[in-house]
Amino acid sequence: MQEWRKNKLVFSILLIPPTAWLVIFFTIPLAVVWIYSFGQRGPLGETIIAFSLSNYLRTFEWVNLYITLKSLWIATVTTAICLAMGFPLAMGVAFAPPRYKNVLLLLVILPFWTNLLIRTYAWIAVLRTNGYVNFFLEWVWSGLDWLFGGLLGEFQPLELLYNQGAVIVGLVYVNLPFMVLPLYATLEKLDKSYLEASLDLGASQWRTLFSVTVPLALPGIFTGGLLSFILALGTYLTPDLLGGTNSIMIGNLIAQQFGPARDWAFGSAISFILMYVTFACLWVKAVLAGREGAVNY
Amino acid sequence: MTATTLPASGRPRRRREAIAPLEFTRRRWLKLVLLANFIFLYFPIVALIAFSFNNSKRNITWQGFTFDYYVKAFNNTGLHDAFMNTITIASISTVVSTILGTMLGLILHRYRFPGKGAFDSWIHLPIVIPEVCLGVAMLAFFTMFKIPLGIFTVTVSHIAFSIPFVAVVIRSRMSGFDPALEEASQDLGASEWQTFWSVTFPYMLPGVVAGALLALTLSLDDFVITFFTSGPGSTTFPIKIYSMVRFSVTPEVNAASTVLIVLTLTLTVLAMWIQSRSDKKAKADG
Repeated sequence: MQEWRKNKLVFSILLIPPTAWLVIFFTIPLAVVWIYSFGQRGPLGETIIAFSLSNYLRTFEWVNLYITLKSLWIATVTTAICLAMGFPLAMGVAFAPPRYKNVLLLLVILPFWTNLLIRTYAWIAVLRTNGYVNFFLEWVWSGLDWLFGGLLGEFQPLELLYNQGAVIVGLVYVNLPFMVLPLYATLEKLDKSYLEASLDLGASQWRTLFSVTVPLALPGIFTGGLLSFILALGTYLTPDLLGGTNSIMIGNLIAQQFGPARDWAFGSAISFILMYVTFACLWVKAVLAGREGAVNY
Repeated sequence: MTATTLPASGRPRRRREAIAPLEFTRRRWLKLVLLANFIFLYFPIVALIAFSFNNSKRNITWQGFTFDYYVKAFNNTGLHDAFMNTITIASISTVVSTILGTMLGLILHRYRFPGKGAFDSWIHLPIVIPEVCLGVAMLAFFTMFKIPLGIFTVTVSHIAFSIPFVAVVIRSRMSGFDPALEEASQDLGASEWQTFWSVTFPYMLPGVVAGALLALTLSLDDFVITFFTSGPGSTTFPIKIYSMVRFSVTPEVNAASTVLIVLTLTLTVLAMWIQSRSDKKAKADG
């Protein structure tokens, strides 16, 4: 690595254009929102620059607090389900014979490369009242109905879409790779002789899993967990498409303030709260990762 | 059901090879878990693609194969315009963000300078900040400075969030670079400029291509930020699909989605292939 003073000209030619772009089109916009967050909504929906904390205080009103708490809850449940599904999946890939390993890994990431919107939209077709799940259930139902000679009666399709359950399913779907990849990375590096030692010393497979494998995989569990938690918390699209009116999350609340409600000051305040929570999570991750830099993944 | 439960003696018993303790993938429960996970991951997308060929407007039962909905999607002027917008925005965004991102990646790879740690965290911010926050920030910014929303604002925002991704790719590519090569070139009388073009750049090239393809897919796929920064005339493909989805699920939307899936997948696989090929070459060259 070179000292920047050695060739100041080249250094500044390389540094200035990208930095300027990010300052103008990233940092200044954030600064605008930060300033707006202390502002007020004018009578025509415009934002008046003021210095009040009222917007931040408004987030503690029950309606808004409820949405925040619900978002935290949905993000937690999503993360837990991702972990429950992702751990065996990552283990399967990490312990697979070498020639299958890359193929399996590719299969895990492949859906991740399709557009987020399309992946979310695909679930509408699966979950709606005349969707695939209900279609399958109806088929099973009518089979049983035939078997019991019409005792069960007409099939009533389940309301699977536009509720919190649908949002969680969508979020698990979108965030699963973010859980599996860090888990896979730690499980892959893990020294397998520890597991063999545990098994040799008479521990059962389950005991080995919970007393050896899981503790050794903790860094991956934390990284994956935090990633999927952060992403789920800040989501906008999934609750927008799959959730009903009662399952909006922080992201939708922000969008609402910038859209129909036209209260940009309040929207800015919530944006910053969401960002602070995100930073807090990343800080925790950085501390746990042993000071590897705040945001590298 | 009853037919399979033959008496144990009558059934030809295949001797299964013993499963080594750590061969989890040969255990039936894990195979089932993997299978269930893959069904979960693939069913929605595969169903979407399959039913874009289904010869029925409403039904989810298979009625026969057809390309009708592709023709319909192709002739849908709204979709058509959106597609052209997407291509325009994505190409400009890719070129600019690749150049700027490469510069940034080089800076981070090559130089020691005061405040580098903070600088490094700062340029990673666009990657970690929730997309909605970035989207509304852009909207507030453009409105404050009275810049009308349109293709320009969308492109500028796409460039801003793509730069860090390109920089990360370039930096990781350059981490394997031996600085002695540059020194040797300069010792042999090449100028700094010549050294860059004939030694550093060729090594960096696969990273640049991979970064460019990443920037391209990011721009093609982005919904949330585009949603907040696009004006009436700058609807992109994902935004158009979104507005169609709001009405109903139709095979036409499935067809349009399939086109986007195929496009992105091709680009990503291409990027992977280029990267793995250059890695292999690097290994072969020692």
